[in-house]
Amino acid sequence: MSRRPAPPRRAGRPLRARDKYLPPLISITSVLVAVFLIRTVVVRAEQWPRIKAQFFSLEAIIEVFPDVLGGFAINMTVWAISLVVIAIWALVLAVFRSLTGPWLAPLRVFSIVYIDLLRGLPSLLLVLLFGFGIPALQIPGLPRSSLFWGATAMVMSYSAYAAEVYRSGIDAVHDGQRAAAKALGLSQWQTLWHAILPQAIRNVIPSLLNLAVALQKDVALLSVLGVRDAVREAQIYTARTFNYSSLIAAAALFLAATIPMARLTDYITKRDRERRLQRTA
Amino acid sequence: MHRIEIEHLTKHYGEKLVLDDVNLALANHEVVCLIGASGSGKSTLLRCINDLVEFDAGTVRIDGVSIHDPQFARSELYKRVGIVFQAYNLFPHMTVLDNITLAPRRVHRTPRVEHEAYAHELLSLFGLDGYARSYPEQLSGGQQQRVAIIRAMANRPDVLMLDEVTAALDPELIGGVLAVIKDLRKQGMTMLIVTHEMSFARDVADRVCFLDGGRILEEAPPETLFSKPEHQRTRQFLQRIIEAGRL
Ligand SMILES: Nc1ncnc2c1ncn2[C@@H]1O[C@H](COP(=O)(O)OP(=O)(O)OP(=O)(O)O)[C@@H](O)[C@H]1O
Ligand SMILES: [Mg+2]
Repeated sequence: MSRRPAPPRRAGRPLRARDKYLPPLISITSVLVAVFLIRTVVVRAEQWPRIKAQFFSLEAIIEVFPDVLGGFAINMTVWAISLVVIAIWALVLAVFRSLTGPWLAPLRVFSIVYIDLLRGLPSLLLVLLFGFGIPALQIPGLPRSSLFWGATAMVMSYSAYAAEVYRSGIDAVHDGQRAAAKALGLSQWQTLWHAILPQAIRNVIPSLLNLAVALQKDVALLSVLGVRDAVREAQIYTARTFNYSSLIAAAALFLAATIPMARLTDYITKRDRERRLQRTA
Repeated sequence: MHRIEIEHLTKHYGEKLVLDDVNLALANHEVVCLIGASGSGKSTLLRCINDLVEFDAGTVRIDGVSIHDPQFARSELYKRVGIVFQAYNLFPHMTVLDNITLAPRRVHRTPRVEHEAYAHELLSLFGLDGYARSYPEQLSGGQQQRVAIIRAMANRPDVLMLDEVTAALDPELIGGVLAVIKDLRKQGMTMLIVTHEMSFARDVADRVCFLDGGRILEEAPPETLFSKPEHQRTRQFLQRIIEAGRL
Protein backbone atom coordinates (compact mmCIF):
# COMPACT_ATOMS: atom_id res chain seq x y z
CA MET A 1 0.00 0.00 0.00
CA SER A 2 1.34 3.39 -0.92
CA ARG A 3 1.45 6.06 1.73
CA ARG A 4 0.52 8.87 -0.62
CA PRO A 5 -2.81 10.47 0.31
CA ALA A 6 -5.55 9.63 -2.17
CA PRO A 7 -6.50 12.55 -4.39
CA PRO A 8 -9.75 14.28 -3.42
CA ARG A 9 -12.88 12.93 -5.10
CA ARG A 10 -14.03 16.33 -6.22
CA ALA A 11 -12.04 19.50 -6.62
CA GLY A 12 -12.61 21.92 -3.75
CA ARG A 13 -14.24 19.35 -1.49
CA PRO A 14 -11.71 17.67 0.77
CA LEU A 15 -12.37 14.11 1.86
CA ARG A 16 -13.78 14.22 5.35
CA ALA A 17 -13.04 11.56 7.93
CA ARG A 18 -16.69 10.53 7.77
CA ASP A 19 -16.42 9.80 4.04
CA LYS A 20 -13.28 7.86 4.63
CA TYR A 21 -14.23 5.52 7.45
CA LEU A 22 -17.99 5.19 7.31
CA PRO A 23 -18.35 3.25 4.01
CA PRO A 24 -15.89 0.46 4.89
CA LEU A 25 -17.43 0.27 8.36
CA ILE A 26 -20.90 -0.16 6.86
CA SER A 27 -19.60 -2.86 4.50
CA ILE A 28 -18.00 -4.85 7.28
CA THR A 29 -21.00 -4.51 9.58
CA SER A 30 -23.44 -5.67 6.92
CA VAL A 31 -21.32 -8.72 6.14
CA LEU A 32 -21.15 -9.59 9.84
CA VAL A 33 -24.88 -9.15 10.27
CA ALA A 34 -25.59 -11.34 7.26
CA VAL A 35 -23.28 -14.06 8.53
CA PHE A 36 -24.89 -13.86 11.97
CA LEU A 37 -28.41 -14.13 10.55
CA ILE A 38 -27.55 -17.10 8.35
CA ARG A 39 -25.83 -18.75 11.27
CA THR A 40 -28.79 -18.28 13.56
CA VAL A 41 -31.16 -19.75 11.02
CA VAL A 42 -28.88 -22.65 10.23
CA VAL A 43 -27.99 -23.38 13.82
CA ARG A 44 -31.63 -23.39 14.86
CA ALA A 45 -32.45 -25.93 12.16
CA GLU A 46 -33.47 -29.27 13.55
CA GLN A 47 -30.80 -31.20 11.69
CA TRP A 48 -28.00 -28.79 12.54
CA PRO A 49 -26.17 -30.88 15.15
CA ARG A 50 -25.99 -33.80 12.76
CA ILE A 51 -24.91 -31.63 9.83
CA LYS A 52 -22.34 -29.96 12.03
CA ALA A 53 -20.77 -33.23 12.99
CA GLN A 54 -20.81 -34.49 9.44
CA PHE A 55 -19.59 -31.41 7.58
CA PHE A 56 -17.83 -29.21 10.09
CA SER A 57 -16.10 -31.62 12.38
CA LEU A 58 -12.83 -30.01 13.39
CA GLU A 59 -11.24 -33.35 14.32
CA ALA A 60 -12.07 -34.78 10.91
CA ILE A 61 -10.69 -31.70 9.17
CA ILE A 62 -7.46 -31.87 11.15
CA GLU A 63 -7.14 -35.58 10.48
CA VAL A 64 -7.68 -35.33 6.74
CA PHE A 65 -5.87 -32.06 6.17
CA PRO A 66 -2.39 -33.45 5.34
CA ASP A 67 -3.85 -35.76 2.68
CA VAL A 68 -6.02 -33.08 1.14
CA LEU A 69 -3.12 -30.64 1.20
CA GLY A 70 -0.94 -33.20 -0.55
CA GLY A 71 -3.64 -33.60 -3.17
CA PHE A 72 -3.93 -29.85 -3.48
CA ALA A 73 -0.22 -29.67 -4.26
CA ILE A 74 -1.01 -31.77 -7.33
CA ASN A 75 -3.80 -29.36 -8.31
CA MET A 76 -1.47 -26.41 -8.02
CA THR A 77 1.37 -28.10 -9.88
CA VAL A 78 -0.88 -29.12 -12.75
CA TRP A 79 -2.33 -25.61 -12.76
CA ALA A 80 1.02 -23.86 -12.89
CA ILE A 81 2.44 -26.05 -15.62
CA SER A 82 -0.77 -25.88 -17.65
CA LEU A 83 -0.79 -22.08 -17.42
CA VAL A 84 2.61 -21.84 -19.04
CA VAL A 85 1.75 -24.30 -21.80
CA ILE A 86 -1.63 -22.65 -22.46
CA ALA A 87 -0.11 -19.16 -22.59
CA ILE A 88 2.32 -20.27 -25.30
CA TRP A 89 0.14 -22.68 -27.28
CA ALA A 90 -2.83 -20.32 -27.39
CA LEU A 91 -0.58 -17.54 -28.64
CA VAL A 92 0.66 -19.80 -31.42
CA LEU A 93 -2.94 -20.62 -32.37
CA ALA A 94 -3.93 -16.96 -32.37
CA VAL A 95 -0.94 -16.04 -34.51
CA PHE A 96 -1.77 -18.82 -36.97
CA ARG A 97 -5.27 -17.51 -37.18
CA SER A 98 -4.19 -13.94 -37.88
CA LEU A 99 -1.81 -14.85 -40.70
CA THR A 100 -2.55 -13.62 -44.19
CA GLY A 101 -1.34 -14.93 -47.50
CA PRO A 102 -2.31 -18.00 -49.54
CA TRP A 103 0.63 -20.14 -48.44
CA LEU A 104 -0.25 -19.80 -44.81
CA ALA A 105 -3.87 -20.84 -45.31
CA PRO A 106 -3.30 -24.38 -43.89
CA LEU A 107 -2.14 -22.93 -40.58
CA ARG A 108 -5.08 -20.56 -40.52
CA VAL A 109 -7.56 -23.34 -41.25
CA PHE A 110 -5.96 -25.61 -38.66
CA SER A 111 -6.32 -22.94 -36.03
CA ILE A 112 -9.97 -22.22 -36.88
CA VAL A 113 -10.93 -25.90 -36.84
CA TYR A 114 -9.04 -26.51 -33.61
CA ILE A 115 -10.67 -23.61 -31.82
CA ASP A 116 -14.16 -24.49 -33.05
CA LEU A 117 -13.85 -28.12 -32.01
CA LEU A 118 -12.32 -27.59 -28.62
CA ARG A 119 -14.57 -24.77 -27.60
CA GLY A 120 -17.56 -26.88 -28.58
CA LEU A 121 -16.75 -29.79 -26.27
CA PRO A 122 -17.30 -29.74 -22.48
CA SER A 123 -13.97 -29.89 -20.65
CA LEU A 124 -15.20 -32.78 -18.55
CA LEU A 125 -15.91 -34.83 -21.66
CA LEU A 126 -12.46 -34.11 -23.04
CA VAL A 127 -10.83 -35.03 -19.75
CA LEU A 128 -12.66 -38.35 -19.69
CA LEU A 129 -11.91 -39.10 -23.33
CA PHE A 130 -8.25 -38.28 -23.06
CA GLY A 131 -7.62 -39.55 -19.55
CA PHE A 132 -9.23 -42.96 -20.06
CA GLY A 133 -9.08 -43.30 -23.83
CA ILE A 134 -5.48 -42.59 -24.74
CA PRO A 135 -3.82 -44.70 -21.99
CA ALA A 136 -6.15 -47.56 -22.96
CA LEU A 137 -4.84 -47.46 -26.51
CA GLN A 138 -1.43 -48.46 -25.14
CA ILE A 139 0.43 -46.78 -27.94
CA PRO A 140 4.12 -47.50 -27.47
CA GLY A 141 6.20 -44.45 -26.72
CA LEU A 142 3.31 -42.38 -25.36
CA PRO A 143 2.90 -41.79 -21.63
CA ARG A 144 0.25 -44.01 -19.99
CA SER A 145 -0.49 -41.68 -17.09
CA SER A 146 -4.09 -40.54 -17.00
CA LEU A 147 -2.95 -37.49 -15.03
CA PHE A 148 -0.79 -36.51 -18.00
CA TRP A 149 -3.56 -37.00 -20.54
CA GLY A 150 -6.21 -35.39 -18.38
CA ALA A 151 -4.00 -32.35 -17.96
CA THR A 152 -3.38 -32.35 -21.71
CA ALA A 153 -7.12 -32.26 -22.28
CA MET A 154 -7.46 -29.28 -19.96
CA VAL A 155 -4.63 -27.50 -21.73
CA MET A 156 -6.13 -28.14 -25.16
CA SER A 157 -9.56 -26.99 -24.11
CA TYR A 158 -8.40 -23.84 -22.32
CA SER A 159 -6.00 -22.98 -25.14
CA ALA A 160 -8.95 -22.62 -27.50
CA TYR A 161 -10.47 -19.98 -25.21
CA ALA A 162 -7.19 -18.26 -24.57
CA ALA A 163 -6.47 -18.17 -28.31
CA GLU A 164 -9.72 -16.29 -28.87
CA VAL A 165 -8.75 -13.85 -26.15
CA TYR A 166 -5.37 -13.27 -27.79
CA ARG A 167 -7.07 -12.84 -31.14
CA SER A 168 -9.39 -10.18 -29.84
CA GLY A 169 -6.27 -8.40 -28.60
CA ILE A 170 -4.57 -8.70 -31.98
CA ASP A 171 -7.67 -7.42 -33.77
CA ALA A 172 -7.90 -4.47 -31.42
CA VAL A 173 -4.48 -3.14 -32.43
CA HIS A 174 -5.07 -0.33 -34.87
CA ASP A 175 -4.50 -1.08 -38.56
CA GLY A 176 -2.17 1.88 -38.84
CA GLN A 177 0.35 0.00 -36.70
CA ARG A 178 0.57 -2.75 -39.29
CA ALA A 179 0.86 -0.27 -42.13
CA ALA A 180 3.60 1.60 -40.29
CA ALA A 181 5.59 -1.56 -39.62
CA LYS A 182 5.24 -2.73 -43.18
CA ALA A 183 6.23 0.65 -44.54
CA LEU A 184 9.42 0.44 -42.47
CA GLY A 185 10.24 -2.82 -44.25
CA LEU A 186 9.36 -5.29 -41.51
CA SER A 187 8.23 -8.74 -42.66
CA GLN A 188 4.88 -10.16 -41.62
CA TRP A 189 6.51 -12.04 -38.73
CA GLN A 190 8.57 -9.08 -37.63
CA THR A 191 5.49 -6.90 -37.74
CA LEU A 192 3.63 -9.31 -35.50
CA TRP A 193 6.50 -9.87 -33.13
CA HIS A 194 7.76 -6.32 -32.69
CA ALA A 195 4.72 -4.17 -33.35
CA ILE A 196 1.46 -6.05 -32.89
CA LEU A 197 1.89 -8.75 -30.24
CA PRO A 198 3.41 -6.59 -27.50
CA GLN A 199 0.38 -4.31 -27.68
CA ALA A 200 -2.11 -7.14 -28.11
CA ILE A 201 -0.81 -9.12 -25.15
CA ARG A 202 -0.73 -6.12 -22.89
CA ASN A 203 -4.37 -5.44 -23.76
CA VAL A 204 -5.60 -8.94 -22.91
CA ILE A 205 -3.67 -9.68 -19.72
CA PRO A 206 -6.73 -9.03 -17.51
CA SER A 207 -8.88 -11.44 -19.57
CA LEU A 208 -6.15 -14.07 -19.53
CA LEU A 209 -5.88 -13.79 -15.76
CA ASN A 210 -9.61 -14.41 -15.53
CA LEU A 211 -9.12 -17.63 -17.44
CA ALA A 212 -6.28 -18.54 -15.10
CA VAL A 213 -8.62 -18.19 -12.13
CA ALA A 214 -11.20 -20.41 -13.81
CA LEU A 215 -8.55 -23.01 -14.60
CA GLN A 216 -7.35 -23.00 -11.02
CA LYS A 217 -10.57 -24.67 -9.88
CA ASP A 218 -11.32 -26.61 -13.07
CA VAL A 219 -8.14 -28.59 -12.50
CA ALA A 220 -10.25 -30.50 -9.96
CA LEU A 221 -11.96 -32.15 -12.94
CA LEU A 222 -8.95 -34.45 -13.09
CA SER A 223 -10.27 -36.17 -9.96
CA VAL A 224 -12.74 -38.06 -12.17
CA LEU A 225 -9.75 -39.92 -13.58
CA GLY A 226 -8.76 -41.16 -10.16
CA VAL A 227 -5.93 -38.67 -9.89
CA ARG A 228 -5.40 -38.17 -6.15
CA ASP A 229 -5.85 -34.43 -6.11
CA ALA A 230 -7.48 -32.49 -3.28
CA VAL A 231 -11.04 -33.38 -4.27
CA ARG A 232 -10.23 -37.05 -4.74
CA GLU A 233 -8.46 -37.24 -1.37
CA ALA A 234 -11.47 -35.64 0.25
CA GLN A 235 -13.80 -38.14 -1.41
CA ILE A 236 -11.66 -41.05 -0.32
CA TYR A 237 -11.89 -39.87 3.26
CA THR A 238 -15.64 -39.44 2.94
CA ALA A 239 -16.06 -42.92 1.56
CA ARG A 240 -14.07 -44.37 4.45
CA THR A 241 -15.62 -42.43 7.34
CA PHE A 242 -18.97 -41.16 6.07
CA ASN A 243 -17.84 -37.75 7.20
CA TYR A 244 -17.96 -34.88 4.70
CA SER A 245 -15.74 -32.43 6.54
CA SER A 246 -12.90 -33.33 4.21
CA LEU A 247 -14.81 -31.60 1.40
CA ILE A 248 -14.92 -28.44 3.48
CA ALA A 249 -11.16 -28.70 3.92
CA ALA A 250 -10.71 -28.96 0.17
CA ALA A 251 -13.10 -26.08 -0.42
CA ALA A 252 -11.12 -23.90 1.97
CA LEU A 253 -7.90 -24.68 0.14
CA PHE A 254 -9.38 -23.77 -3.24
CA LEU A 255 -10.72 -20.51 -1.88
CA ALA A 256 -7.37 -19.72 -0.32
CA ALA A 257 -5.83 -20.02 -3.77
CA THR A 258 -8.46 -18.44 -6.03
CA ILE A 259 -9.42 -15.43 -3.96
CA PRO A 260 -5.92 -13.91 -3.96
CA MET A 261 -5.74 -14.62 -7.70
CA ALA A 262 -9.05 -12.84 -8.22
CA ARG A 263 -7.86 -9.87 -6.18
CA LEU A 264 -4.65 -9.74 -8.20
CA THR A 265 -6.63 -9.83 -11.42
CA ASP A 266 -8.82 -6.97 -10.26
CA TYR A 267 -5.80 -4.97 -9.24
CA ILE A 268 -4.06 -5.48 -12.58
CA THR A 269 -7.25 -4.72 -14.52
CA LYS A 270 -7.73 -1.52 -12.59
CA ARG A 271 -4.15 -0.42 -13.08
CA ASP A 272 -4.45 -1.21 -16.75
CA ARG A 273 -7.61 0.86 -17.10
CA GLU A 274 -6.04 3.80 -15.34
CA ARG A 275 -3.08 3.61 -17.67
CA ARG A 276 -5.39 3.69 -20.68
CA LEU A 277 -7.42 6.59 -19.33
CA GLN A 278 -4.19 8.47 -18.79
CA ARG A 279 -3.17 7.82 -22.37
CA THR A 280 -6.42 9.04 -23.91
CA ALA A 281 -6.55 12.08 -21.64
CA MET B 1 16.43 9.01 -64.85
CA HIS B 2 13.50 9.69 -62.57
CA ARG B 3 13.44 8.70 -58.93
CA ILE B 4 9.80 7.70 -59.19
CA GLU B 5 7.84 7.06 -62.34
CA ILE B 6 4.16 6.21 -62.28
CA GLU B 7 2.50 5.15 -65.50
CA HIS B 8 -1.16 4.42 -66.17
CA LEU B 9 -1.77 3.56 -62.54
CA THR B 10 -5.33 2.33 -62.04
CA LYS B 11 -6.97 1.06 -58.90
CA HIS B 12 -10.45 0.06 -57.82
CA TYR B 13 -11.82 -0.51 -54.38
CA GLY B 14 -14.55 -2.98 -55.22
CA GLU B 15 -16.55 -1.33 -57.96
CA LYS B 16 -15.28 2.15 -57.20
CA LEU B 17 -12.57 3.56 -59.42
CA VAL B 18 -10.16 5.29 -57.05
CA LEU B 19 -7.14 5.93 -59.28
CA ASP B 20 -7.79 6.47 -62.96
CA ASP B 21 -4.78 6.28 -65.27
CA VAL B 22 -2.43 8.31 -63.09
CA ASN B 23 0.89 9.38 -64.63
CA LEU B 24 3.45 11.16 -62.53
CA ALA B 25 7.23 11.38 -62.36
CA LEU B 26 9.55 12.79 -59.74
CA ALA B 27 13.12 13.75 -60.58
CA ASN B 28 15.86 13.53 -57.99
CA HIS B 29 15.65 16.34 -55.39
CA GLU B 30 12.24 17.32 -56.67
CA VAL B 31 9.41 18.19 -54.32
CA VAL B 32 5.88 17.57 -55.57
CA CYS B 33 2.75 18.44 -53.67
CA LEU B 34 -0.51 16.56 -54.22
CA ILE B 35 -3.66 18.49 -53.55
CA GLY B 36 -7.27 17.51 -54.02
CA ALA B 37 -10.58 17.09 -52.27
CA SER B 38 -11.19 14.44 -49.65
CA GLY B 39 -11.66 11.06 -51.32
CA SER B 40 -9.87 12.05 -54.51
CA GLY B 41 -7.34 9.25 -54.04
CA LYS B 42 -4.28 11.04 -52.65
CA SER B 43 -3.54 8.59 -49.85
CA THR B 44 -4.25 5.64 -52.09
CA LEU B 45 -1.72 6.91 -54.61
CA LEU B 46 1.01 7.10 -51.96
CA ARG B 47 0.13 3.64 -50.68
CA CYS B 48 0.36 2.20 -54.18
CA ILE B 49 3.81 3.65 -54.67
CA ASN B 50 5.31 1.74 -51.76
CA ASP B 51 3.21 -1.36 -52.21
CA LEU B 52 1.08 -1.00 -49.11
CA VAL B 53 -1.95 -1.66 -51.32
CA GLU B 54 -2.13 -3.50 -54.60
CA PHE B 55 -3.25 -1.83 -57.79
CA ASP B 56 -5.03 -3.21 -60.87
CA ALA B 57 -2.98 -1.88 -63.75
CA GLY B 58 -0.01 0.33 -64.54
CA THR B 59 3.56 0.43 -63.28
CA VAL B 60 5.46 2.12 -60.52
CA ARG B 61 9.19 2.38 -61.07
CA ILE B 62 11.79 3.43 -58.57
CA ASP B 63 15.07 4.46 -60.21
CA GLY B 64 13.90 2.76 -63.37
CA VAL B 65 13.00 -0.62 -61.83
CA SER B 66 9.39 -1.70 -61.39
CA ILE B 67 8.46 -2.35 -57.76
CA HIS B 68 7.03 -5.67 -58.92
CA ASP B 69 10.28 -6.73 -60.56
CA PRO B 70 11.43 -9.92 -58.79
CA GLN B 71 14.89 -8.36 -58.59
CA PHE B 72 13.50 -5.58 -56.46
CA ALA B 73 13.68 -6.84 -52.88
CA ARG B 74 10.86 -5.63 -50.67
CA SER B 75 13.19 -4.44 -47.96
CA GLU B 76 15.02 -2.45 -50.64
CA LEU B 77 11.78 -0.74 -51.66
CA TYR B 78 10.97 0.29 -48.10
CA LYS B 79 14.53 1.42 -47.57
CA ARG B 80 14.40 3.73 -50.57
CA VAL B 81 10.88 5.08 -50.15
CA GLY B 82 9.79 6.22 -46.71
CA ILE B 83 6.25 7.24 -45.78
CA VAL B 84 4.81 9.25 -42.93
CA PHE B 85 1.13 8.97 -42.08
CA GLN B 86 -1.34 11.53 -40.89
CA ALA B 87 -1.93 9.67 -37.61
CA TYR B 88 1.84 9.29 -36.87
CA ASN B 89 1.36 5.56 -36.12
CA LEU B 90 4.26 5.45 -33.69
CA PHE B 91 4.57 2.22 -31.72
CA PRO B 92 3.23 3.12 -28.27
CA HIS B 93 5.12 0.37 -26.44
CA MET B 94 8.53 1.51 -27.62
CA THR B 95 10.61 4.50 -26.66
CA VAL B 96 11.21 7.20 -29.23
CA LEU B 97 14.68 5.83 -29.85
CA ASP B 98 13.43 2.26 -30.30
CA ASN B 99 10.75 3.49 -32.71
CA ILE B 100 13.39 5.22 -34.78
CA THR B 101 15.91 2.40 -34.75
CA LEU B 102 13.48 -0.49 -35.24
CA ALA B 103 14.00 -0.84 -38.99
CA PRO B 104 17.76 -0.24 -38.89
CA ARG B 105 18.02 -2.85 -36.14
CA ARG B 106 15.70 -5.51 -37.51
CA VAL B 107 15.61 -5.00 -41.25
CA HIS B 108 18.89 -3.46 -42.29
CA ARG B 109 20.93 -4.70 -39.34
CA THR B 110 23.31 -1.77 -39.32
CA PRO B 111 25.75 -1.53 -36.43
CA ARG B 112 24.16 -0.19 -33.28
CA VAL B 113 26.60 2.68 -32.74
CA GLU B 114 25.94 3.84 -36.25
CA HIS B 115 22.13 3.92 -36.22
CA GLU B 116 21.93 5.26 -32.69
CA ALA B 117 24.28 8.08 -33.56
CA TYR B 118 22.18 8.88 -36.62
CA ALA B 119 18.97 8.77 -34.57
CA HIS B 120 20.39 11.22 -32.04
CA GLU B 121 21.63 13.42 -34.85
CA LEU B 122 18.16 13.58 -36.39
CA LEU B 123 16.52 14.13 -33.01
CA SER B 124 18.66 17.15 -32.31
CA LEU B 125 18.26 18.42 -35.86
CA PHE B 126 14.48 18.35 -35.39
CA GLY B 127 14.55 19.94 -31.96
CA LEU B 128 13.86 16.78 -29.99
CA ASP B 129 17.04 16.55 -27.94
CA GLY B 130 16.46 14.67 -24.71
CA TYR B 131 13.34 12.83 -25.85
CA ALA B 132 15.08 9.62 -26.97
CA ARG B 133 14.00 7.71 -23.85
CA SER B 134 10.44 9.07 -23.74
CA TYR B 135 7.42 7.13 -24.87
CA PRO B 136 5.24 8.53 -27.68
CA GLU B 137 2.33 9.22 -25.32
CA GLN B 138 4.53 11.60 -23.35
CA LEU B 139 5.02 13.81 -26.41
CA SER B 140 2.81 16.46 -27.97
CA GLY B 141 1.20 15.74 -31.33
CA GLY B 142 3.70 17.91 -33.14
CA GLN B 143 6.60 16.16 -31.44
CA GLN B 144 5.13 12.77 -32.26
CA GLN B 145 4.78 13.70 -35.89
CA ARG B 146 8.39 14.86 -35.99
CA VAL B 147 9.44 11.53 -34.49
CA ALA B 148 7.43 9.78 -37.21
CA ILE B 149 9.32 11.76 -39.84
CA ILE B 150 12.62 10.90 -38.17
CA ARG B 151 11.61 7.24 -38.07
CA ALA B 152 11.06 7.29 -41.81
CA MET B 153 14.36 9.14 -42.25
CA ALA B 154 16.30 6.60 -40.21
CA ASN B 155 16.23 4.18 -43.14
CA ARG B 156 18.04 6.89 -45.13
CA PRO B 157 15.41 6.81 -47.89
CA ASP B 158 15.91 8.43 -51.27
CA VAL B 159 12.30 9.52 -51.38
CA LEU B 160 10.00 10.59 -48.58
CA MET B 161 6.22 10.56 -48.93
CA LEU B 162 4.25 12.62 -46.46
CA ASP B 163 0.49 12.11 -46.14
CA GLU B 164 -1.23 15.13 -44.59
CA VAL B 165 1.29 15.15 -41.80
CA THR B 166 -0.12 18.29 -40.23
CA ALA B 167 -3.83 17.51 -40.54
CA ALA B 168 -4.16 16.07 -37.04
CA LEU B 169 -2.22 18.85 -35.35
CA ASP B 170 -3.33 21.90 -33.43
CA PRO B 171 -2.56 25.08 -35.39
CA GLU B 172 0.26 26.15 -33.09
CA LEU B 173 2.07 22.85 -33.63
CA ILE B 174 1.89 22.84 -37.43
CA GLY B 175 4.69 25.36 -37.94
CA GLY B 176 7.32 23.19 -36.28
CA VAL B 177 6.54 20.22 -38.49
CA LEU B 178 6.44 22.27 -41.68
CA ALA B 179 9.79 23.83 -40.77
CA VAL B 180 11.26 20.34 -40.53
CA ILE B 181 10.00 19.49 -44.01
CA LYS B 182 11.42 22.70 -45.46
CA ASP B 183 14.70 21.74 -43.88
CA LEU B 184 14.60 18.36 -45.60
CA ARG B 185 14.01 20.11 -48.89
CA LYS B 186 17.13 22.20 -48.36
CA GLN B 187 19.09 19.00 -47.88
CA GLY B 188 17.89 17.81 -51.26
CA MET B 189 15.37 15.17 -50.19
CA THR B 190 13.03 14.06 -52.95
CA MET B 191 9.51 14.36 -51.58
CA LEU B 192 5.93 13.66 -52.53
CA ILE B 193 3.70 15.59 -50.17
CA VAL B 194 -0.06 15.40 -49.70
CA THR B 195 -1.16 18.58 -48.03
CA HIS B 196 -4.06 20.94 -47.43
CA GLU B 197 -1.68 23.75 -46.44
CA MET B 198 -1.63 25.72 -49.66
CA SER B 199 0.79 28.40 -48.50
CA PHE B 200 3.17 25.67 -47.46
CA ALA B 201 2.75 23.97 -50.85
CA ARG B 202 3.54 27.25 -52.52
CA ASP B 203 6.75 27.60 -50.47
CA VAL B 204 8.05 24.11 -50.74
CA ALA B 205 6.84 22.57 -54.02
CA ASP B 206 8.55 22.51 -57.37
CA ARG B 207 5.29 21.29 -58.83
CA VAL B 208 1.77 20.94 -57.58
CA CYS B 209 -0.58 18.22 -58.83
CA PHE B 210 -4.31 18.58 -58.50
CA LEU B 211 -5.97 15.20 -58.11
CA ASP B 212 -9.67 14.99 -58.87
CA GLY B 213 -11.72 11.82 -58.86
CA GLY B 214 -8.61 9.67 -59.18
CA ARG B 215 -7.11 11.61 -62.12
CA ILE B 216 -4.33 14.14 -62.14
CA LEU B 217 -6.29 16.96 -63.69
CA GLU B 218 -3.66 19.63 -63.59
CA GLU B 219 0.05 19.74 -62.90
CA ALA B 220 2.08 22.96 -62.76
CA PRO B 221 4.56 24.97 -60.70
CA PRO B 222 2.78 26.41 -57.67
CA GLU B 223 2.79 30.04 -58.90
CA THR B 224 1.06 29.00 -62.09
CA LEU B 225 -1.39 26.56 -60.58
CA PHE B 226 -2.48 28.83 -57.75
CA SER B 227 -2.73 32.03 -59.81
CA LYS B 228 -3.84 30.76 -63.23
CA PRO B 229 -5.49 27.36 -62.86
CA GLU B 230 -6.55 25.97 -66.20
CA HIS B 231 -9.48 23.84 -65.19
CA GLN B 232 -12.79 24.88 -63.83
CA ARG B 233 -12.63 22.19 -61.13
CA THR B 234 -9.21 23.34 -59.96
CA ARG B 235 -10.56 26.86 -59.66
CA GLN B 236 -13.53 25.63 -57.65
CA PHE B 237 -11.29 23.63 -55.33
CA LEU B 238 -8.95 26.57 -54.76
CA GLN B 239 -11.93 28.84 -54.23
CA ARG B 240 -13.19 26.57 -51.47
CA ILE B 241 -9.76 26.48 -49.90
CA ILE B 242 -9.57 30.27 -49.95
CA GLU B 243 -12.97 30.49 -48.33
CA ALA B 244 -11.76 28.10 -45.64
CA GLY B 245 -8.91 30.54 -45.06
CA ARG B 246 -6.04 28.27 -45.93
CA LEU B 247 -4.40 30.10 -48.83
N1 LIG C 1 -9.53 0.32 -47.61
C1 LIG C 1 -10.47 0.86 -48.42
N2 LIG C 1 -11.54 0.13 -48.80
C2 LIG C 1 -12.48 0.65 -49.60
N3 LIG C 1 -12.44 1.89 -50.09
C3 LIG C 1 -11.43 2.68 -49.76
C4 LIG C 1 -10.37 2.20 -48.91
N4 LIG C 1 -9.48 3.19 -48.74
C5 LIG C 1 -9.95 4.23 -49.47
N5 LIG C 1 -11.10 3.94 -50.08
C6 LIG C 1 -11.88 4.82 -50.96
O1 LIG C 1 -11.01 5.29 -51.97
C7 LIG C 1 -11.24 6.65 -52.21
C8 LIG C 1 -9.94 7.42 -52.09
O2 LIG C 1 -9.51 7.38 -50.76
P1 LIG C 1 -8.19 8.11 -50.28
O3 LIG C 1 -7.98 7.77 -48.86
O4 LIG C 1 -7.08 7.80 -51.22
O5 LIG C 1 -8.61 9.63 -50.44
P2 LIG C 1 -7.78 10.92 -50.02
O6 LIG C 1 -7.67 11.75 -51.24
O7 LIG C 1 -6.56 10.56 -49.32
O8 LIG C 1 -8.81 11.62 -49.04
P3 LIG C 1 -8.51 12.45 -47.68
O9 LIG C 1 -8.10 13.82 -48.09
O10 LIG C 1 -9.83 12.45 -46.99
O11 LIG C 1 -7.45 11.71 -46.95
C9 LIG C 1 -12.30 7.12 -51.24
O12 LIG C 1 -13.53 7.18 -51.94
C10 LIG C 1 -12.35 6.04 -50.22
O13 LIG C 1 -13.68 5.87 -49.80
MG1 LIG D 1 -5.86 10.71 -47.29
